[in-house]
Amino acid sequence: MADYVVSVGMEVHAELLTQSKMFCRCKVAFGGMPNTRVCPVCIGLPGTLPVPNRAAVEMVLKTALALNCTIAIDSVFHRKNYFYPDLPKGYQVSQYGDTNPIGYDGYLEIPTPEGGTKKIKIRRVHLEEDTGKLMHLPGGGSGVDYNRAGVPLMEIVTEFPPDIESPDDAREYLVQLRSLLVYLGVTDGKMAEGSVRCEPNISIREKGSTQYGTKTELKNLNSFRAVQLGVAFEAKRQAEVLESGGTVRQETRGWNEATESSFLMRTKESEQDYRYFPCPDLIPMHFSEEQIERVRSTIPELPLAKLQRYRADYALSDYDAGLLVADRDWAMFFEEALELGGEAKAICNWMNGDFAKMLNESGQGAMAGGKSHPERKTSLVRPEHLVDLAKLVSDATINGKMAKEIFAEVFDTGKMPSQIVEEKGLRQVTDTGAIASAVAEVLASNGSQVEAYRGGKESLIGFFVGQVMKKTQGRANPQLVQDELKKQLSGD
Amino acid sequence: MITQLTATEINTALRAKKVSVKEVTEAFLKRIENFDEEYGAYLALCPERALAEAEAAQAKIDAGDSGPLVGVPIAHKDNISTQGVETTCASKILQGYVPPYDATVVENCREAGMVLLGKTNLDEFAMGTSGENSALRLTRNPWDTDRVPGGSSAGSAAAVSAELACLATGSDTGGSIRMPASLTGLVGFKPTYGRVSRYGLVAFGSSLDQIGPFAKTVEDCSLFAEAMSGYDRKDSTSLQGSKISSADLKTGSLKGKKIALPRELFTDAIDPGVRESVEIAIDVLTREGVDFHEITLPSINYGVTTYYIIAPAEASSNLAKFDGVRFGSRVESTGHVEGFAATRGKLFGPEVKLRIMVGTYALSAGYYDAYYHRAQQVRGLMAAEFEQAFQEYDCILSPASPVTAFKIGEMVDDPMKLKLLDLCTIPANMGGFPSLSLPSSLAGDLPVGILLTGPVMGDEKLLQTAYNIDRALGRDYRRPPIL
Amino acid sequence: MSISLDEVRHVAHLARLELDEIELASFQTKLNALLGHFEDIAGVDVSGVQPKPHAVSLVNILADDVVIEGLEREQALLNSAETKAGLFIVPTIIEE
Repeated sequence: MADYVVSVGMEVHAELLTQSKMFCRCKVAFGGMPNTRVCPVCIGLPGTLPVPNRAAVEMVLKTALALNCTIAIDSVFHRKNYFYPDLPKGYQVSQYGDTNPIGYDGYLEIPTPEGGTKKIKIRRVHLEEDTGKLMHLPGGGSGVDYNRAGVPLMEIVTEFPPDIESPDDAREYLVQLRSLLVYLGVTDGKMAEGSVRCEPNISIREKGSTQYGTKTELKNLNSFRAVQLGVAFEAKRQAEVLESGGTVRQETRGWNEATESSFLMRTKESEQDYRYFPCPDLIPMHFSEEQIERVRSTIPELPLAKLQRYRADYALSDYDAGLLVADRDWAMFFEEALELGGEAKAICNWMNGDFAKMLNESGQGAMAGGKSHPERKTSLVRPEHLVDLAKLVSDATINGKMAKEIFAEVFDTGKMPSQIVEEKGLRQVTDTGAIASAVAEVLASNGSQVEAYRGGKESLIGFFVGQVMKKTQGRANPQLVQDELKKQLSGD
Repeated sequence: MITQLTATEINTALRAKKVSVKEVTEAFLKRIENFDEEYGAYLALCPERALAEAEAAQAKIDAGDSGPLVGVPIAHKDNISTQGVETTCASKILQGYVPPYDATVVENCREAGMVLLGKTNLDEFAMGTSGENSALRLTRNPWDTDRVPGGSSAGSAAAVSAELACLATGSDTGGSIRMPASLTGLVGFKPTYGRVSRYGLVAFGSSLDQIGPFAKTVEDCSLFAEAMSGYDRKDSTSLQGSKISSADLKTGSLKGKKIALPRELFTDAIDPGVRESVEIAIDVLTREGVDFHEITLPSINYGVTTYYIIAPAEASSNLAKFDGVRFGSRVESTGHVEGFAATRGKLFGPEVKLRIMVGTYALSAGYYDAYYHRAQQVRGLMAAEFEQAFQEYDCILSPASPVTAFKIGEMVDDPMKLKLLDLCTIPANMGGFPSLSLPSSLAGDLPVGILLTGPVMGDEKLLQTAYNIDRALGRDYRRPPIL
Repeated sequence: MSISLDEVRHVAHLARLELDEIELASFQTKLNALLGHFEDIAGVDVSGVQPKPHAVSLVNILADDVVIEGLEREQALLNSAETKAGLFIVPTIIEE
């Protein structure tokens, strides 16, 4: 088998997080009964006219800036003309051209396995509208639901020749891009619901060759994992075609999740002639310097930058920092805690440990693309709770085990840990006198074990510690208990 | 006879309690019943809605509403959406289509107290110059029923001319209000693009289409334009502050008015009879103090070509929504052909199909630059040329149509000749200029229209000029002699 | 500049218009006639002229992102030839 290099172009569509649709004011939402969020405009009734959604335009502008694009100061909408039942007007309003899309010539940095970063160049970031949903009915035939028709859609396409040259990079690009978009607040990023869709174009060529191979397009990829597997599968399939003396055909292929393989959907023998022309019903957009700067100023610290900062400033591991930045709210929670005086590692451990675990268990965690993103929006736990809790541990007011129990109560009640400690008298017992008497009582009522211990069975120290902890309702400082036990067991 | 009155006369009589809205409405409905068979103006009537609206209008009058058009019965061209009333665009593909919403213009007219009698015939999807392209009905010219009324707003012109409605709306993409107005002896007005909402108008050439009034007098026309116009946030191409005002209609004077006569519209392409009628008017007006100047506007010669690239291109896209899925009629697919193609192939008329083909071709890969892009550039040139003229002249005057009403069937074999009839009217659509056709003296017993075109947003001045010209010409509304 | 029968067929397909052989031939003739006239503008000097796709000179006509109630489902489905389970049923599509 010859050595092949794979090239991947990524086309990502993201449904924008607006209240209303792109060209009409129907509600944007997921699910619901078919054709209940429609109006004459979005079902393409004769005589209707589009009026663009200002928020959608600004979201694309914001994204274009975050992706380091050149902004098209004057930008227009085009009509992309083709026929399909899920396309109510017989054309999709989109944006065409090299320097007409709201953003072009940008890039996204992604981390590399070696620990650095690399730039993935982006050709265009543009605004368009989504189509309806064509559904195949169980008894045969097809029907259309136009609830989704007209939802604002942002399209992001990577540059050619592609900078992505492996399934891992393809996956990483998507992970980083999605994370960035969610950080910007322009999409909810729910791949499973179709808010973010990815269609890679995959081609291979022999190592050393400058001639790019024929590309195939892959659809129906609903997770990061599917994208990674899909790209790998296609690269392998194409290599096998070439090795057997065949030629790769330009095709659109679908991904079968169950069999983890791709299948032919349609052959793209000739390019579709979309007959793009500027939409006469829509007025051109013009972006002023003032508007661009205003939007730019709303861009928050982006995920990769944040991760790099956490690692540098707080010496957090890549894994830990990664968990924190995976969800912007989660990261903000962390930062708020630090602002309140919390110590980075401790807060991080509480968040990524007990807090995340309890959120997932109670059903408040959210899954996206395989990684769990605990959403603490409905949780009673606030940054100050963790700061308080961590301090109680670090100044030895309570022990680690007690802290975990207290946290469980904080999670359920929202009470401050200090308050719980006071109410329940949970202060760690450090009074050596009290510990000494507890130890003495335990030893007194466990004569045979004391004999055995003194006879050499030193492992019984654990038993004694347990008994003392029981006697002190778990509040004794374990270290002091150990010390006192050793003293009393040896001495006397 | 009530139906002979102008809108202002009807409104005055209503407010003077000489007659009720119900009586007026019923008079028109009766007349339609008796005579529409002969003229073929209407595609649909809505008598129940009319009487309900009459009741509402009467309530307004009783409450002292001083609106000048309250209680006046009107008709809408059948490419304008009316909620609950079938809207076909005179096409088989839309038979049975009942819009769930009213066009903004329809709402505006109702709010102004007008009463809707029904929907009028047109060339299918507004594509035509004679009125003969309707797939559903033939409309005849009330001046001579062997002749065409002009298109595409054939039915609206015939309705007002035959007194089957007091006022009617039309739409004008390349002359579709002004041409039929000229052939039927009416005042027909295409306002500045953007002053009348297009929301609800079934789109043909989106950057060219405008809805406008048919009326018997300039005063009626101005009041009607006022009622239907104004900013609409549902239409992105709608202009702010665009309500047309009739306040200064009857003021001003013709003395010293500088009017340009483009020589490109006074050639042999214009029928001698038409030319003579226009020149008589020019003489009269010169004596009234109008300062005429012959000028040259060479871009006029590219108007028809440019129009027949741009309008079909936009139409080919606008008509893509007619696929039988969500509305309209549908044909079952046969063999290997897609359902869409069968429906569209069978249910669109030949002229519509031709224009879709032309438009698709003009936009297709390899031809876009040579045709569509270039046509839009020529359009830019034309608009600039006219705007330059308006720097110096108050308005431009020419014939509205090179011919008077021709016989039905006379031009069907020469489609190019038919398209060339739009020569005079097209420039106004290209530049978005307001333009009005005003009846002049007859040529061989048939009406002739004078076309007045003014600068963008100059509608009020244009209407005022038209009013004054009308008075100077001493024209009283002439009923078609056969009525 | 003339158009071949194959091109006419192609354009008819792009436009989803089923035409029989007679119609195709007729359209070829008519299109050729029109295309002949289109040559008129081939020679016009348009260097530096901006295309004028709109008759108005507006910019940034945008709407606030506020939800407005649309149609009731029954109203939306009312004009369709065939509906089922709240969906618009579509005619058979042949994928090519």
